[in-house]
Amino acid sequence: MNEVAVGKLADIADGDYRIFAVDELEVGIFRSGDEVLAYENICPHAGGPICQGKIFNRVEEVLTPDKKSGGLRFGKARHIVCPWHGYEYDLTTGCHPGDPALRLTSVKVAVRDGQIYLSLPD
Amino acid sequence: MLTKTPRGKNGRNGKLPHIAELPKIDTTTDTRDILAHAAKEAQQDNYFIVDVDAHVTETAFWGEVIDRMDGDVYKQMARAFKGRGPAPGLLNSTPGLLYQDVFGRIPHQQRLGEAVPGGRTHAQVTLVQRAMDSMGIDYMVVFPTPMLVLGMHPQVEMEVVIGNAFNKWLTDEILPQDPRIKAMLYLPFNHPEESLKAVEAYADNPSVIGFSVTSTRFRAVNHDSYMPLYSAIQASGKPLSFHSGFHWGDQSMQQCNRFISMHAISFVYYNIIHMTNWIMNGLPERFPKLKLIWIESGLAWIPFLMQRLDSEYMMRSSEAPLLKRRPSEYMAEMYYSSQPLERSNLDLTAATFRAMKAETQLLFSSDWPHWDFDLPNSITTLPFLDDQAKRNILGLNAARLFNLEVPEHKMVGDKKAPAAREPVTA
Repeated sequence: MNEVAVGKLADIADGDYRIFAVDELEVGIFRSGDEVLAYENICPHAGGPICQGKIFNRVEEVLTPDKKSGGLRFGKARHIVCPWHGYEYDLTTGCHPGDPALRLTSVKVAVRDGQIYLSLPD
Repeated sequence: MLTKTPRGKNGRNGKLPHIAELPKIDTTTDTRDILAHAAKEAQQDNYFIVDVDAHVTETAFWGEVIDRMDGDVYKQMARAFKGRGPAPGLLNSTPGLLYQDVFGRIPHQQRLGEAVPGGRTHAQVTLVQRAMDSMGIDYMVVFPTPMLVLGMHPQVEMEVVIGNAFNKWLTDEILPQDPRIKAMLYLPFNHPEESLKAVEAYADNPSVIGFSVTSTRFRAVNHDSYMPLYSAIQASGKPLSFHSGFHWGDQSMQQCNRFISMHAISFVYYNIIHMTNWIMNGLPERFPKLKLIWIESGLAWIPFLMQRLDSEYMMRSSEAPLLKRRPSEYMAEMYYSSQPLERSNLDLTAATFRAMKAETQLLFSSDWPHWDFDLPNSITTLPFLDDQAKRNILGLNAARLFNLEVPEHKMVGDKKAPAAREPVTA
C-alpha cells in the first residue's frame, strides 16, 4: 500500500470537494469539518465521472399523519450526483438511496499535520 | 465499462506518482472532458460503431434556421421572439423540456456551453465530432432536439416552415462538413403532401440516409393520405424512422404528476400506437420493401406488443384482413434503436433480444447529448451476447441497412489500431 500526499486540508473548504488523478487512479476527496472521505471517480452505473458531479442534499417527501403528501424538502443527507445520468450516492455511505447494493468504491484517506494522504491500492 | 481504475501503476518502482486535479463538470466543460472515461474505453476497443440516434441542438443556432424559412411573414414572426429569452417561441414547445436536466444535476443536458474554435468548422459540427471521437463512434446520425415535439404544434404550416428550414440548415451547414455525420431528415408529417416534397427533394443526397417522423403527434399513420409518401420512401430505398418523444401537454400524460412518470411512459406510448396502426392496417403488406426503424423507445415494449397483438389478432383476424402472418412476425423484420436500453433485469433483456432478433435488427444508439444517453458499453458489457452479435448491433447492422462503408481497420478480426482521424474542415 503506497501513500501519497495530494494536498492540504485547508485547501478544501468545509463541505467542498476536489478530484485528483494520481497516475491512473481518479479519486474524489470530500471534506466535512475535519473529516475527509474519498471515493473512486467511477460511477458503478455506466462508468461516469461521479466525483466530478454536483452535491445535492437528498430530496425527501413529507407525509402527513393521514398519509397525504406534504410536499418535498431537502433532507440532511448529502448526495454526490453523477453528471452523466444523475445517479445519486449518499456521501457518508457511498450507497444509492434506492439500491444500497449499488455503491461507490471508497479509497482510504487520512489527514496528518494538515496534509491529506491517499492510500493507493497495490 | 470502466469499473475500476487500473491497478499497479501508482508510484511503483519508487517513482513519484503524477498528480493532476480534475475539474468539476458544469455547463462549460468540454465534451471531451465530460466523456473522458468513455474515451478510455473506446481506446481499448476496435468496434465499428454507428450511432443511429444522436442530437443536434438546433435552437442554439436558431437564427441560422430562421434565415432559411420560406416566406417573409414566417421569418418576421420567428425573429419577433428574439430578445425574449433563449426559448424560440415559434416552436411552441412543451415546458417539460426544461425538466430534463434533473434541475441542474446533469449539466450537459442543460447546455453544451463549452468553447469551440471559430473558423470554417461549424460549432455544432465541432460538438458532434468531439462526442463521436470520445465514444469511438464511426458514424453519427443526428436528429433535432426541441423540434421532436413539433408535431404537436397546433399550426400545421409551422411544422412545414420550421421543418423545411431545419432540413436546409442541416444539409447546408452541418452534413457537408463531415461525411461521418448523417441524418434522417425531418418530415412535416402533419402535412402529407409537404412530407412527400421533402422526400423528393432529398432522396438523392448521400448524407441523408433516411427520413424520420417524430412520433409525438396525433396522426394515424395508416391514413390514406400517407400512401404516396410511403411509396416514395420505399422507392428511394432509404428507411423511414419513427423517433419517439414526450409531451406533457398530451392529456393522457397530464395524468402523470411527475416528469419521471410522464417521460418513462410517453416514449413508449407513441410508438406503441403508431406500430399498432401500422401493423393492423397491413402496411407491411402494402409496402413490403419499406424499411422501418423505431427510435428511442427502449426495447422492453417490443415483446409486450408482439404478444399483445398476436393474441388479439388470432381472435379477431377479420379486423386485420391484410395480414398474412402474425403481427410479431412483421415486427421481427423491423429495426429498432437501442437507447434507452433496459438493463435492470438481464434475463428479461436477453429474452427481449431473442424475441426481436436483435442480432440482425437492433441498432446501437446513444441519444447524446441527452440526459439518459447510452454508451457503447451498454452493448459491449451484455453477458449474453457473443462478439459477433455485439459487432452487428454496434455497427454492422446499421452499415447494411444504410449502406455505410466499414473502414478496413474496423473489419471483424482486424486488430490494427485506428488511424488518427483528420478533421474534414479546420
